[in-house]
Amino acid sequence: MSERLSVRKTYKLFIGGAFPRSESGRTVIVNDAKGRFLANAARASRKDVRDAVVAARKAQAGWAARTGYNRGQILYRVAEMLEGRRGQFVEELRGSGLGKAAATAEVDGAIDRWVWYAGWADKIAQVTGSANAVSGPFFNFSTPEPTGVVGVIAPDSPLLGLVSVLAPVVVTGNTAVVVAAESAPLPAITLAEVLATSDVPGGVINLLTGHRAELAPWLASHQDVNAIDLTGAPGDLAADCERAAADNLKRVRRPVADDWAADPGTARMTAFLETKTVWHPVGI
Amino acid sequence: MPDLSTFADAAAAPAELRGLLRGLPPVDQVGAEERAARLATRSIKKSAKAYAIDLAISMVDLTTLEGADTPGKVRALCAKAAHPDPADASVPKVAAVCVYSDLVGEAVRALDGTGIGVASVATAFPSGRAPLDAKLADTRRAIDDGASEIDMVIDRGAFLAGDHQKVFDEIVAVKAECGDVHLKVILETGELVTYDNVRRASWLAMLAGADFIKTSTGKVSPAATLPVTLVMLEAVRDFRAATGRQVGVKPAGGIRTTKDAIKYLVLVNETAGPDWLTPEWFRLGASSLLNDLLMQRRKLTTGVYGGPDYFTMD
Amino acid sequence: MSFEYAPAPESRDIVDLKPSYGLFVDGEFVEAKNSFKTIDPATEETLAEVAEAGADDVDRAVAAARRAYDTVWGPMPGAERAKYLFRIARLIQERSRELAVLESLDNGKPIRESRDVDLPLVAAHFFYYAGWADKLPYAGFGPAPRPLGVAGQVIPWNFPLLMLAWKIAPALACGNTVVLKPAETTPLTALAFAEICAQAELPPGVVNILTGAGETGRALVEHPGIDKVAFTGSTEVGRLIARSVAGTDKRLTLELGGKAANIVFDDAPLDQAVEGIVNGIFFNQGHVCCAGSRLLAQESVAEELLDRLKARMATLRVGDPLDKNTDVGAINSAAQLAKIRELSDSGEAEGATRWSPPCELPERGFWFAPTVFTGVAASHRIAREEIFGPVLSVLTFRTPAEAVEKANNTPYGLSAGIWTDKGSRILWMAERLRAGVVWANTFNKFDPASPFGGYKESGFGREGGRHGLEAYLR
Repeated sequence: MSERLSVRKTYKLFIGGAFPRSESGRTVIVNDAKGRFLANAARASRKDVRDAVVAARKAQAGWAARTGYNRGQILYRVAEMLEGRRGQFVEELRGSGLGKAAATAEVDGAIDRWVWYAGWADKIAQVTGSANAVSGPFFNFSTPEPTGVVGVIAPDSPLLGLVSVLAPVVVTGNTAVVVAAESAPLPAITLAEVLATSDVPGGVINLLTGHRAELAPWLASHQDVNAIDLTGAPGDLAADCERAAADNLKRVRRPVADDWAADPGTARMTAFLETKTVWHPVGI
Repeated sequence: MPDLSTFADAAAAPAELRGLLRGLPPVDQVGAEERAARLATRSIKKSAKAYAIDLAISMVDLTTLEGADTPGKVRALCAKAAHPDPADASVPKVAAVCVYSDLVGEAVRALDGTGIGVASVATAFPSGRAPLDAKLADTRRAIDDGASEIDMVIDRGAFLAGDHQKVFDEIVAVKAECGDVHLKVILETGELVTYDNVRRASWLAMLAGADFIKTSTGKVSPAATLPVTLVMLEAVRDFRAATGRQVGVKPAGGIRTTKDAIKYLVLVNETAGPDWLTPEWFRLGASSLLNDLLMQRRKLTTGVYGGPDYFTMD
Repeated sequence: MSFEYAPAPESRDIVDLKPSYGLFVDGEFVEAKNSFKTIDPATEETLAEVAEAGADDVDRAVAAARRAYDTVWGPMPGAERAKYLFRIARLIQERSRELAVLESLDNGKPIRESRDVDLPLVAAHFFYYAGWADKLPYAGFGPAPRPLGVAGQVIPWNFPLLMLAWKIAPALACGNTVVLKPAETTPLTALAFAEICAQAELPPGVVNILTGAGETGRALVEHPGIDKVAFTGSTEVGRLIARSVAGTDKRLTLELGGKAANIVFDDAPLDQAVEGIVNGIFFNQGHVCCAGSRLLAQESVAEELLDRLKARMATLRVGDPLDKNTDVGAINSAAQLAKIRELSDSGEAEGATRWSPPCELPERGFWFAPTVFTGVAASHRIAREEIFGPVLSVLTFRTPAEAVEKANNTPYGLSAGIWTDKGSRILWMAERLRAGVVWANTFNKFDPASPFGGYKESGFGREGGRHGLEAYLR
């Protein structure tokens, strides 16, 4: 009796809560570390970027309007769902060349990172906001607000790196259009399956696979994108994207050397927050 | 601004009166005080100052409202009113002398032929705590003795208790007693506390027939302030726009210096407008202010600073 | 006879103008190859000849700032830096009358504003950030925050000394040194500030002032020797700067244009709202990036509001900036006046109705009467483009949601105003307005403790408050 033939997965894009193929019909072959065929991942086009931005914009106001408590619960739900598919992710990461221990560490790290950021949802305002002692009869307070739609060029670290750049963007109420790691795109799409079953509203997180150099400039120049995280963009591409981002004065997070195992701190959240200051007279 | 077309007969419609007063635009305290303070920074110099000083003198309601007032004190005050600076005939006379009702006769005799009005406080001044018939008798006595103006106080207790109708009815009754005699209605803004109350009380008084609205008795602190007067000036401006009837304004109490007086004139000029810049429509209730105005006036004409010994104390 | 205010001019004798000014580099005033004239916009008279810094001057200034950073200012304990800043604050207070007159002369703004708004805020800003210099570990940016190095700062002409304070005070408090370029039409108070630095015995090179125009600014922000660019000015130039620092390690903060909505509901405190509208658009001749240049009036109150607004505008006193009773001064430059005229003409051409109170404008100098446009459609240029002048565009709305939608319908996002007596509506609106500063039942209020800065194309980064430190720390 022969071994059962497995049912393979079709890796598609994740836009607006749905899993479309690239409108271009293109795919890229993804092989494992030994060069064996794993899958045809979708190769997103500029029009997929456009569709993803539309989905992200549509979802943004509603996502930001949810309470921090609610967003925190949803992010924690992502961690729960990820935990439940831990083995699958370990296997998928091993396919991209990681050893078992490293793959396990990366998955565990990613789960824990969702948990860490989930807790921030209803706390970041207390840490970054303030009541300001102005010299006059006014109540004056500053609160953080999400920047809006954020483009994210994810780093090569296919799961932990991805989660580490994605969670801080969305936890505060931004929506994201992510270009997944070019070298290992499959975990990103599997993560999308987790997101799709975790109460994350459609459009809050949109994941594209394909060529960074092709997609990033479209995100960087898109006039309805408010900020861009260039963490995964190599030097020249990052500089080009930063220049393009200047057209509508996007907030830009430049690539820096990240240690995904380290304490993430708050910088990735505050990079995509605006400070709003409200004045009101105090009188009778 | 309230729609007065439906306000046919306030006396018969307490709910309508309340609705109208509550429908007035609110006043933001900080904004109103900021505006008053900014106008107070106007720099009034040279010819403008000379003009303002004479205007202010002519708007003074020279006042004595003490338990110790005597006929002699009132006569002296009247002499000062007619000739504020005996050494300078070009100084205008004041608008009126303001006394308690029992001294009206004394003032009328002393001011005979001067054209200076005699104002009498009335209606159980300063508290307003007396039965209506006593208030009306008080008013009638002053008028019978020759008062040309009545400065009545409103029932602040009734106002604060929400009984706007009682306040309204009392003003109507006093106005009826007054006939052609000018009625100034004292709101006692220091007891109304909020500018929203000041605005509502101003409208209430105007709707009830007040010829003037006046800030204070001078017996409660704070008395007149710039922002309170600003709010009242806005009220008379808006009231005229809504009804066509012009009502005067009188800040009283605590206005002691020329600088203060000029700030009030600037306030009038830039809030209600120049139409109010006459003694007919704006008064300053004061006593010691007059001497400071005279001293500043002489400084302007002589170029030399004066001293209190050169002005009569009355 | 009526109550006419006699002229009450502030004496300009208190200002001792020199015929010419050099650059302030490394603690000294130095000559430059070229120079330009700065004029009084109210009279078009030349006030002084001012040095124009070239690329070599920028090199020298950046080198001096680097030296001062490496050897003196960087290593100095925060408590000592604080004392220098306190000294500067006191010197500003002591010379505030002179600085106010100088500001009004060079800028055209009314002395009442330079005296009562600009100068007190300038001193307050230095006092505020002086106190932070030795408390940075408690500011929430980590236990041992470090300065960035040399900051290149370029400021506009609308609040010359105040914008200098917004830039220099936090930079110095955090341990950075600076090279600052004031606007070419308003260099004089920055040069007076250089004297104050000398009087405070601030170590040479900590503050360098380079006067010049756009080319000088470009040379400064593109200089490889600086670590930080801070710019306040037009969105157009902000874009160029953002492009120029792309791919470098320079940190960037931008405070750019705006087209703020001032939203008035029918339950608003109307008299204060009128003051807020007037203050929102006619303060500083409307040369204010956060000016409330779009009045959104609820339809049910629009007519009454406009009547009151027009009556109030008729009392505005336009004229001599040094007259203490002037409310609206001179437009800062011929170029700005031309821009205001062009946009106002477009408003008429596109069908909006233009109104100004009767007011006599002086013959010489640059003047523009306070102007309001009614019947403005959202698509008109005067409803979309920043005019940066005393020109108000009035639009109407019916519901709170419509007000939010119209207010946010702009690439800018610097400020907004809300006027209503209803507290819950204020908070509902404030949550939804995409703007960095929301004034509710007030407008155009500034304070060193209050973070200021925009969303979207109004720039990024905050100035003022604890938040303002972030731009100068790593």
